[in-house]
Amino acid sequence: MNIDLYGFGPALAAGALMTVQLALTALCLGLVLGLLGALAKTSPYKFLQWVGGTYSTIVRGIPELLWVLLIYFGTVNLMRAIGEYVGIPGLELNAFAAGVIALGLCFGAYATEVFRGAILAIPKGHREAGLALGMSRSRIFIKLIMPQMWRIALPGLGNLFMILMKDTALVSVIGLEEIMRHSQIAVGFTKEAFTFYLVAAFIYLGLTILAMTGMYLLEKRASRGFLRSAS
Amino acid sequence: MNWEVIIKWLPKLAQGATLTLELVAIAVIAGLILAIPLGIARSSRHLSVRALPYAYIFFFRGTPLLVQLFLVYYGLAQFDAVRKSALWPYLRDPFWCASVTMTLHTAAYIAEILRGAIQAVPPGEVEAARALGMSKWKALFYIVLPRAGRIGLPAYSNEVILMLKASALASTVTLLELTGMARTIIARTYLPVEIFFAAGMFYLVMAYVLVRGFKLLERVLRVDATQGR
Repeated sequence: MNIDLYGFGPALAAGALMTVQLALTALCLGLVLGLLGALAKTSPYKFLQWVGGTYSTIVRGIPELLWVLLIYFGTVNLMRAIGEYVGIPGLELNAFAAGVIALGLCFGAYATEVFRGAILAIPKGHREAGLALGMSRSRIFIKLIMPQMWRIALPGLGNLFMILMKDTALVSVIGLEEIMRHSQIAVGFTKEAFTFYLVAAFIYLGLTILAMTGMYLLEKRASRGFLRSAS
Repeated sequence: MNWEVIIKWLPKLAQGATLTLELVAIAVIAGLILAIPLGIARSSRHLSVRALPYAYIFFFRGTPLLVQLFLVYYGLAQFDAVRKSALWPYLRDPFWCASVTMTLHTAAYIAEILRGAIQAVPPGEVEAARALGMSKWKALFYIVLPRAGRIGLPAYSNEVILMLKASALASTVTLLELTGMARTIIARTYLPVEIFFAAGMFYLVMAYVLVRGFKLLERVLRVDATQGR
C-alpha cells in the first residue's frame, strides 16, 4: 500500500516534534506538582493533607479536555489583569502554555497518588536512621527517600506518561499545531480524512513504542542491584 | 462568579449530562461484552489465539481516543463503499460514531484488565476444578470468570470513571454532551469560567456517584471476602 501524503509529510513531522515537546514540558511540570502533592498528602499537617487531597480529587474528577478548555479560555481575563499589573497590556496564555499547564495539572494529580504510594513503601526505619544520624527533614527526603522512591514510582509514572502523550492530542482543540492539528489541516486540503488520521494514529503508536522502550531502559537502570521478583 | 448565569443554564447542562451518561453507559456495557471474548483469547496460552487480540489492544491503547474518533467520524466517509452501504445512516450520525468508537476503545482496556484478572486467579482453584472433572470450558465459566470478575471489578470501576472523562471528547464530533453543551452555552454567554466550572461540578458529582455505586456493588458481590487467599 502506497500512502500519498500530498507533501504534508514534513508538516506531520513538525507536529510530532511539537507533540514530544509538549509532552516533555508537561511531564516536568507534572512531576513537580506530583511530588509537591505527595509531600502535602504525607505531611503531618492536617491543612497540607487537605490541600493535597483536594487537588488530586478535583483534578482527577474532571475531564482533561475540560481542563484544557478551562485554562485556555477561562484565564483570558486573569491574564489580562496580570498583564496590566506588570505593564504588559494584552498578555495572554498561548496554546502551548495552556496545554502544558492543563496536562501538567492532570499528570500531577495522578502522579501525586503514585508518589504517595512510593513514599509510603519506603521502610520507616530509613527515615529514623536519617534522624538518628542528625539529618534535617529536607535532607532526609532528598538523600534518603527520593533516590529509593524513583524505583518504586517508575512503573506507575511510565503508565501516566503514556496517557499524557495521548492526551496531547486534546491540545489540538485549542489550535496548537501538533500532530492532530496538522492532520486536520491536511484533511481540509486533501479531503482524505482516513489516510491522514491513520497516519497520525501510527505516529502516536510509534511514539508510544519509543516511550515504552525508554521506560524499559529506565526501569532496568533503576532496579539494578535488586533481584527481579518472580512474576 | 456569576451564579445567576449558572442557575439559568443548569437545565441545559443537565440535558448534556444525560447524553454523557448515555454514551458512557453504552460504551462500558457494550465494551464489557466485547471485552470478555477478547480478554479470554488474550490470556490464551497459544500464540495464534493471543496474537490478534494483542494487536487490537495495542492499537487502541497506543493511540489517542481523539484520533480514533476522527478516524471513524471523518475518516470512514472517504470510502465510497461505506457511503453507499446500509450502515451509512448510522455512521453519519455523531452519536453512533462516538458510541462505537468509545466501545471499541474501552473494550481494549477492559480486555487487558480481564487478562490480568484471569491470570491472577489462583492456579490451585483451577486445578481443583479440573480435578473434580470439570471440562476446560466449564471451569472457565463456573470458576475462572466469576473469580476474575471480582478481581477485576475495582479496575473496571476505574475504567468506567476514565470513560466518563473520555466522553468529553465526543464534543469534538459536534455532539452536545456535557462539554459540548458547555461550549455552546459559552459561545452565547461569553462566560467560560462560570460555565466550565458548572460543567466540572457535574462531572465531579457523576464520578462521585459512580464511585459510590461501585463500592456498593463490591459489597454486594463480597469482593473483599473472596480476596483472601
